[in-house]
Amino acid sequence: MSDATLSFDEAMEQFDPVLGFEVHVELNTKTKMFSSAPNAFGDDPNTNVNEVDLGMPGVLPVVNKAAVESSIKIGLALNCEIAESCRFARKNYFYPDTPKNFQTSQYDEPIAHNGWIDIELEDGEVFRVEIERAHMEEDAGKLTHLGGATGRIQGADYSLVDYNRAGVPLVEIVTKPIVGAGRRAPELARAYVAAIREIVKNLGVSDARMERGNVRCDANVSLMPKGATKFGIRSETKNVNSLRSVEHAVRFEIQRHAAVLAAGEKVTQETRHWHEDTRTTTSGRPKSDADDYRYFPEPDLVPIHASREWVESLRAQLPEPPAERRKRLKAAWGYSDPEFRDVVNAGVMDSIEETISAGASAAAARKWWMGEIVGRAKVADVDPAELGVSAAAIVELNGLVEGGKLNNKMAGQVLDGVIAGEGTPTQVMEARGLVLVSDDGPLLEAIDAALAAQPDVAEKIRGGKTQAVGAIVGGVMKATRGQADAGRVKELILERLGVEA
Amino acid sequence: MAEITRDDVAHLAQLARIEMSPEELDKMAGELAHIVDAVKSVSEAAGPDVPATSHPIALSNVFREDTVGHVLTPEEALSGAPDAEDDRFKVPAILDEE
Repeated sequence: MSDATLSFDEAMEQFDPVLGFEVHVELNTKTKMFSSAPNAFGDDPNTNVNEVDLGMPGVLPVVNKAAVESSIKIGLALNCEIAESCRFARKNYFYPDTPKNFQTSQYDEPIAHNGWIDIELEDGEVFRVEIERAHMEEDAGKLTHLGGATGRIQGADYSLVDYNRAGVPLVEIVTKPIVGAGRRAPELARAYVAAIREIVKNLGVSDARMERGNVRCDANVSLMPKGATKFGIRSETKNVNSLRSVEHAVRFEIQRHAAVLAAGEKVTQETRHWHEDTRTTTSGRPKSDADDYRYFPEPDLVPIHASREWVESLRAQLPEPPAERRKRLKAAWGYSDPEFRDVVNAGVMDSIEETISAGASAAAARKWWMGEIVGRAKVADVDPAELGVSAAAIVELNGLVEGGKLNNKMAGQVLDGVIAGEGTPTQVMEARGLVLVSDDGPLLEAIDAALAAQPDVAEKIRGGKTQAVGAIVGGVMKATRGQADAGRVKELILERLGVEA
Repeated sequence: MAEITRDDVAHLAQLARIEMSPEELDKMAGELAHIVDAVKSVSEAAGPDVPATSHPIALSNVFREDTVGHVLTPEEALSGAPDAEDDRFKVPAILDEE
């Protein structure tokens, strides 16, 4: 059964959305949260496990100090207070992804609480999102459902479990309810998750690759009638694991809730499953009460006391926050708002920064990345940085163009060669025989041939229609296989015909 | 006397994945109330001046350095599994959680 929806505009006329997010961040420590088994992605099944991860009887978990330090850094980057003392708790549930039958988490004493971050939307509007808490816990194993036709849990005969991921350190970041986003709620959802991903990546505490599940989002949505202050009943859409999906899932849930409420019915408090293919959600299980998890303090682990000295020494290690860095770079480079936004959205800010420190001007760096490399990356369907064009190569290539050794068209061919791994720009240029013809002798020969081939055009130019010169330039470029300096060619043609430019 | 209903017991049994007969549910509803009362007597002994204890030993910050240590082979990991396939644990499909 598919759920009815109102259009987004209709929903926004009648209701105000309230959002809330739980974002799970996998830390990139070398080992797991409570065991010394490796924390690694993509290895063969059950090769990164030991007795602790498998929940064997009699094992003793020990906390990974690096994971605690990463968690504190995340808390600090989110402007949270770091608890002087906190402890772990057992969250009890039975599911084969957790061999212990409980997840070691934090409940009443998270390591970080009461923070905020400012989220800037694409047009520059800023929303402050308040952070309720950030707590430490462990990831679960990975289930593969088999036997049924679909590979989905419905209809599966059995499941296979790989515990490599079990025990990987997680930090769960929980927002306070976000009110007042209005019709920008879906955009804000995307921007919030993007900001968290950027922060943890910048801190170096997570690989932050959403496609690998390093950053995973549960999105809570509820609606209240316009102007109301009492929150409605919420749904929680689980595991929305790309930025695009986060935006679509929030939008869909707003439209679905609106249809339920507009029909005079009540929204069911439940988890929802996100389906990327149809961009819809379907009903999951009713939301469990916290009581049902029967949390209690983890008896195998002792409390963590974060001394103020420790916290301050970690604070001193924090890198410049991404939002501040963007502000600084934009001012330094002198890009306009839309220019800078395009650079950020294309994901080449870091690359441009490197290119400028390698010696290019801000304008040249932008020209090469935005004008040449981004388009090629799109065609190849990879991130621009993955094309493997080094900052040094761009500086060299730019120098060849500015020094009159290459025209733009040839530079593009050289760039293709660099991307294809043919060597440095100079090597590619030589290997491909790309030499800009600016020697007047061969050019004049080609010009005379082109003029002779198109006498009517030559006549027009003589008669003062200088814009017609393009046709002759084209002929010359063709004759020189694109290796002529077009500006010089134009000058020479006009000279030859005795016309003032 | 704490009030533990038959439904409370049935709910707990379901959470703990314990199968209980109707007779057992009835019996346990009465007994659990007594057990809860017995535990509650602790709160009479400990006044508000006694802080809650979650760990008997006054230790904190027991940490491990982030270096890879003991790891099992898949064969060892799966040696106690009732069933396995492709180096993974094979378990019945469980529908109600996902």
